[in-house]
Amino acid sequence: MDFNLSREHLLIRKMMAQFTENEVKPIAAETDRTHEYPRETMEKLFDLGVLGINVPREYGGAGADALANAICIEELSKQCASTGDIVAAYALCADPIAAYGTEEQKRKYLPMLTTGHKMGAFALTEPNAGSDASKGQTEAKLEGDHYVLNGSKIFITNGYVAEVFVVFAMTDKSKGTKGISAFIVENTFPGFSVGKHEEKMGLHGSPTAEIVFQDCIVPKENLLGQEGKGFRIAMATLDGGRIGIAAQALGIAEGALQEAIQYTKSRIQFGKPISKFQNTQFTLADMELGCEAGRLLTYQAAVLKSQGRPFTKEAAMAKLFCSEHAMKTTTKALQLFGGYGYTNDYPIERMMRDAKITEIYEGTSEIQRVVISANMGL
Amino acid sequence: MSANYNSTDLGAFHNVWVFCEQRGGVMTSTTFELISEGRRLADELGVELCGVLPGDGVDGLAKELGGYGADKVYVCNSPLLRYYTTDGYAKVLCDLVEAYKPEILLFGASNIGRDLAPRCAARLHTGLCADCTHLDVDLDGYAEFLRKEFRLDTDGMSFTSNLFDASANLKMTRPAFGGHLMATIVCPRFRPAMATVRPGVMKKRTYDAGKAASVEVVHPAFSLAAQDIQTEVLEVVKAAGKLVDLIGADVIVSVGRGISKDVEGGLKLAGELAEELGGVVGASRACVDAGWIGADHQVGQTGKTVRPKVYVALGISGAIQHRAGMQDSECIVAVNKNETAPIFEAADYGIVGDLFHIVPLMIESIRAAKAAK
Amino acid sequence: MKLFVTVKQVPDTSGKVSVKPDGTLDRASMQTVINPDDLNAVEAALQLKDACGCKVVAFTMGPPPAEGMLRELMAMGVDEGVLITAREFGGSDTYATSQILAAAIDTYGLEADDIVFSGRQAIDGDTAQVGPQIAEKLHLPQVSYVGAIEKNGDALTVRRLLEDGYMTVKVRTPCLLTCVKELNTPRYMNIREILCAYEKPLTVYDYDALKDHPLIDAETIGLKGSPTNIYKSFTPPPKGAGRILEGSDRSTTDELAGILAAKHLI
Repeated sequence: MDFNLSREHLLIRKMMAQFTENEVKPIAAETDRTHEYPRETMEKLFDLGVLGINVPREYGGAGADALANAICIEELSKQCASTGDIVAAYALCADPIAAYGTEEQKRKYLPMLTTGHKMGAFALTEPNAGSDASKGQTEAKLEGDHYVLNGSKIFITNGYVAEVFVVFAMTDKSKGTKGISAFIVENTFPGFSVGKHEEKMGLHGSPTAEIVFQDCIVPKENLLGQEGKGFRIAMATLDGGRIGIAAQALGIAEGALQEAIQYTKSRIQFGKPISKFQNTQFTLADMELGCEAGRLLTYQAAVLKSQGRPFTKEAAMAKLFCSEHAMKTTTKALQLFGGYGYTNDYPIERMMRDAKITEIYEGTSEIQRVVISANMGL
Repeated sequence: MSANYNSTDLGAFHNVWVFCEQRGGVMTSTTFELISEGRRLADELGVELCGVLPGDGVDGLAKELGGYGADKVYVCNSPLLRYYTTDGYAKVLCDLVEAYKPEILLFGASNIGRDLAPRCAARLHTGLCADCTHLDVDLDGYAEFLRKEFRLDTDGMSFTSNLFDASANLKMTRPAFGGHLMATIVCPRFRPAMATVRPGVMKKRTYDAGKAASVEVVHPAFSLAAQDIQTEVLEVVKAAGKLVDLIGADVIVSVGRGISKDVEGGLKLAGELAEELGGVVGASRACVDAGWIGADHQVGQTGKTVRPKVYVALGISGAIQHRAGMQDSECIVAVNKNETAPIFEAADYGIVGDLFHIVPLMIESIRAAKAAK
Repeated sequence: MKLFVTVKQVPDTSGKVSVKPDGTLDRASMQTVINPDDLNAVEAALQLKDACGCKVVAFTMGPPPAEGMLRELMAMGVDEGVLITAREFGGSDTYATSQILAAAIDTYGLEADDIVFSGRQAIDGDTAQVGPQIAEKLHLPQVSYVGAIEKNGDALTVRRLLEDGYMTVKVRTPCLLTCVKELNTPRYMNIREILCAYEKPLTVYDYDALKDHPLIDAETIGLKGSPTNIYKSFTPPPKGAGRILEGSDRSTTDELAGILAAKHLI
């Protein structure tokens, strides 16, 4: 068992660390303050092949593996969880098209999502269907050569910047989860509109919106996979997406830990740097331990996925662990900063606000526990 | 170089030469600093100091070189030398070196000097030391320099080398590794020993009008044809104004809350002091938040991290967020009314007082010190 | 047309630097980075490659770990790498180094429409000598401090930066340009190139590969062959604890000015 990253993965990490330091870190606080979508950063990430990293080369992507994606999201999130989030959510659109699309769909949409620099989004959640995803109300009726979609989705990451969406709607209400189908929807289709822009506790740079379908016309050939297979596609996509969120939460924790180490080493109280007090050291040691454990869980899930082996349980474990650790770490780190940590002079309060959602989206911590226990033969 | 030119025949090389750099008929001030320094070296060695002056119709500049200490100036006029080209200047200079064989050849470390000197050193097969800040011939003088400038314990040091005669060779001292290390370089087996010297480091001598009048101007024969020059100068443009940013600045004068009683006056003083020191104005976060100055001037945790040669903190308390942005500056000077202000813990030199009183005095003192140089 | 770039792996002198008890730098403790000016040279070559589709070859003289740097350059888009490494080359000053690099470039093959890009200077030696000295050894016209490049046919129009402005210079290929940070913003590595970086050709030139080249002479390479030698090296003493100057009048500021003047800071 080789715990070392490959030469290529090490270069990817090095590149992302440089990029994050120069392009992301300087604008992270401002992004959080202005809630402005970091469009320029995304353009650069398209150019570098980070957006579309897992899309096969022949369709414009970089053809890299899940671990490469995780490393990119992790590095970005160390300085700006919003940026990491946008990249993670993008994959929820590109990946299912690459995995389940017909040749025509792949040839049309994957280039748009890579060389075409179009952002992607994944629209499953509805006002009355969160953890209980099977209770979605959005309907898709087949009428001749097109489907007509009616309904709405909420809390869609990249909602108001994406041009390509993977949307889940009921084609047969009587069949429960087996009546859900997946569709590729462009924001230019008639009847598609963006509703409310969500104002959130954190991840201010990540554009979250309500998507509304009012007699939205979706061509028949945009059905992704077969009718009734949509729920399976959603779950499989979220499995992979969880690795990205685990990486995001891991990055947040690692970033917070670095800030805490730096601060405690320079803050002098009672005659010495507070990093010299055992309480501080034990706190930091626990943070370090959790980051190391989270990293191993995340990378393991990523490697299993890239090897084509089952990874559902491992991805859930990684996401659950890293998100809870991110929340704990940022909270403890802020405590170490004392009063200064509560101000926006330091990034730690933003990191704490950003961390919370990782325990909720792409499957709440409770759902992750459902997934894990479901895979234990209980 | 011709086949029989031998840069290892040490005994054949005599005299100290300085490449005299003129641009558009105006001599760079570094040239005069070099002539002054060359005079000192020539005196220690008991040899002549000569300037080499390529250009187009530049005879008139020779006298001033004499005034700073040159015994002789070799002037080479040609329309082909009107503008600097590597090929033109290198050919003339190297041909003259072959003809007259100086033992030491100095250049100012300007953009041009640093283009020309290495090309010549390679052609002449000799050693070149770049960006020197100090030159010594005399060993005792060198030891004294180490004691004074670097507080080294020279009693514990050995100055002999079994590889070469340390006393006879030019000792060229320069910073390396981004300034973390000082090295003294010698060129024991080849001549001329070549060095480029940092502008503004050597002291200009007092001008001697008598020496200027008696300087010997020589027009040596040299050959230079258009086909010797492989580049073409299309234009020479002077910049309208130089852009400096905080990160690239050598000197930053920063203001803090201490200017609150007269913001405009405080900023003006900081600007004057910055200009006197050749730097830019920075600010603490308090000033930016108060709207007194733009955010691009902010130094500190949420501003820029800077590492200039000189950082002057005026009326800045020195809270940890500010110090994080400037504590690695080479020389930190703090002025603050409050003697317990934390900035004094980070500063190399501090003055306790009202900046509105102190800064005008600083400007005067610095002006006086500059004029004395 | 081929584009050559000379690159050096250097210790990161912008960060904290530690010193051994004998006063020399503890190189082993320092991170290595790609010399910043050399990255501008690489970027200049890659921009020309983007425009013309030609090949970019990076040359470096250094110990075996320098291969890692060549792979990073390949991950930026450089097509081939040449690592020049031999015990015999160690300890070379700029004269000796430029001979070796010139021999390597000549051995690889320099043609009439090729261009050599160098960084202006390295952050460890800070000499800015190797580029011009390579140009001399290869009999190439050189332009240093290049702040802008335009290609028209087989000629280049470049801007040579001066302290107070610039010269616009026309130069034909083959030629050597030394690049400064004002020239461009070096690109990052990118995912696609990272994934194939380790497949690209990397040639090693050891002593045997170059020893028969006319420029390589046991008397002119390595420590023995270097015209310059280090006589002494020492670290400037650390910053003393700060002190508060006495008083708050003209004599105080005069004292300060004197201190700054003595340090050559004014």
